[in-house]
Amino acid sequence: MLRITCPCCGERDYTEFRYGGDAGKARPAHGTGDLKTWHDHVFLFDNPKGAHREYWQHVLGCRQWLVLERNTATNEVGPPRPARDRAESR
Amino acid sequence: MASRYSAFALARHALDPHLPWPRAWRSPAPKSSYDAVVIGGGGHGLAAAYYLAANHGMTNVAVLEKSYVGSGNIGRNTTIVRSNYLIDGNTQFFEFSLKLWEGLSHALNFNVMLSQRGQCVLAHGPSQLDVLARKGNIMRLNGIDAEILDRGEVMRLLPYLDYSPDARFPIWGGLLQRRAGTARHDAVAWGYARAADGLGVDIIENCEVTGIILQDGRCTGVETNRGRILAERTAIAVAGHSSHVAAMAGLRLPVESHILQAFVSEPIKPLVHHVVSFGAELFYISQSDKGGLVFGGHIDGFNTYTQRGHFPKVQTVAECAVAVMPCISRLRLLRHWGGVMDMTPDGSPFIGRTPIRNLYINGGWCYQGFKAVPAGGWTLAHTMAKDEEHELNRGYSLDRFERGGELDDHGSGNWTWKQ
Repeated sequence: MLRITCPCCGERDYTEFRYGGDAGKARPAHGTGDLKTWHDHVFLFDNPKGAHREYWQHVLGCRQWLVLERNTATNEVGPPRPARDRAESR
Repeated sequence: MASRYSAFALARHALDPHLPWPRAWRSPAPKSSYDAVVIGGGGHGLAAAYYLAANHGMTNVAVLEKSYVGSGNIGRNTTIVRSNYLIDGNTQFFEFSLKLWEGLSHALNFNVMLSQRGQCVLAHGPSQLDVLARKGNIMRLNGIDAEILDRGEVMRLLPYLDYSPDARFPIWGGLLQRRAGTARHDAVAWGYARAADGLGVDIIENCEVTGIILQDGRCTGVETNRGRILAERTAIAVAGHSSHVAAMAGLRLPVESHILQAFVSEPIKPLVHHVVSFGAELFYISQSDKGGLVFGGHIDGFNTYTQRGHFPKVQTVAECAVAVMPCISRLRLLRHWGGVMDMTPDGSPFIGRTPIRNLYINGGWCYQGFKAVPAGGWTLAHTMAKDEEHELNRGYSLDRFERGGELDDHGSGNWTWKQ
């Protein structure tokens, strides 16, 4: 069982969370008109076999969005951070 | 080349049990160069190599497999073949594949044990039956067999489902494709490998590609753990590891790798005579010749390369099973396993050229790689031999999202983990 330690609620089964995709992608600036940039953002994935930074939402807990480091080859996870910290640091 | 399999050969070996069967394919050392190299000795890679030789006369071909033939998803799936698709591009491709399945045992001189036992998709409400009727009409307009069944007809066909008044998911009817069914998954890999080998293709096992050689924007071969192998044309057909291998050529793909689990119960007497697909969730079940119920569900829901499934999905699939077939609630699972699926944002695959000249790809198979093996190999071989797409894989280009050419048969949006 994949276990995620929510910074608010503690260690929980991953089934309490909703997977939200690759967090390594930076959304193109608002107003970017170049369709190729948007295509690459929406449709292309690094899909690494190894370290992966990704979003999870604790839907059956505090409902916070989190950023988690997970190794896709082993499913080892690191401690998640609230996604808002990342957004605020931009 | 192994001798031709026939009733006579079988009788000859029965009379002399000490006479060994010849190896089904050679074990050659890799040559320094080939006309075409296919990375991946799974169903699609082996089929492509076979059709390169059989359809296009290209016999100086190698298939590079990092492990052994049949060790990937071709040997770990629920073996269903069918062609009940909705969208133009998918419908014709999968019907072509089913037609190839129908002649495959003869073409390969290898019994792939195709069993056209029929597949029934269940409808659990009137609107769902309408949707299935639409799909059935689309199939029939494309010359594919499809029958809409009402509740009574489903009851006669599949009497073991839950028809009780308090069934959680009442059964209103179903869509039956009689030509759908199952095949013996390993035999498909072995049959293509043996037939390709017989035409001169080198099948090189335990040969892992570690790099793709690029020169002036062209692919000229691969680096492997058994040395450099040059090739006029190179194809990637590695399923769950498509992104991993494509990255060696600097390509990013519209693919994420996810795990899909499959399950086999303990063997029981014949019960499920068709392939049955639950309509309220993703759940599909058939019974193997050994008696085990073979079934599967959705992917686990987050990208991973581990071939180990997670328990919550086992529970979900078991709940689906019991919801529609309460009679199997006491059965024990004999085994379950996970395979790495190359999931795409629209649920459809990629077969064709890449931005790099002389480099081709066959991947992004999501749930549907097995049934597509013959057509996937056929169209990849065509694309490699002629450097242009076959009409059947024109819609499966890598750049289709840039052109608004999604083939979203499920209509579930552009999330790989929701396909």
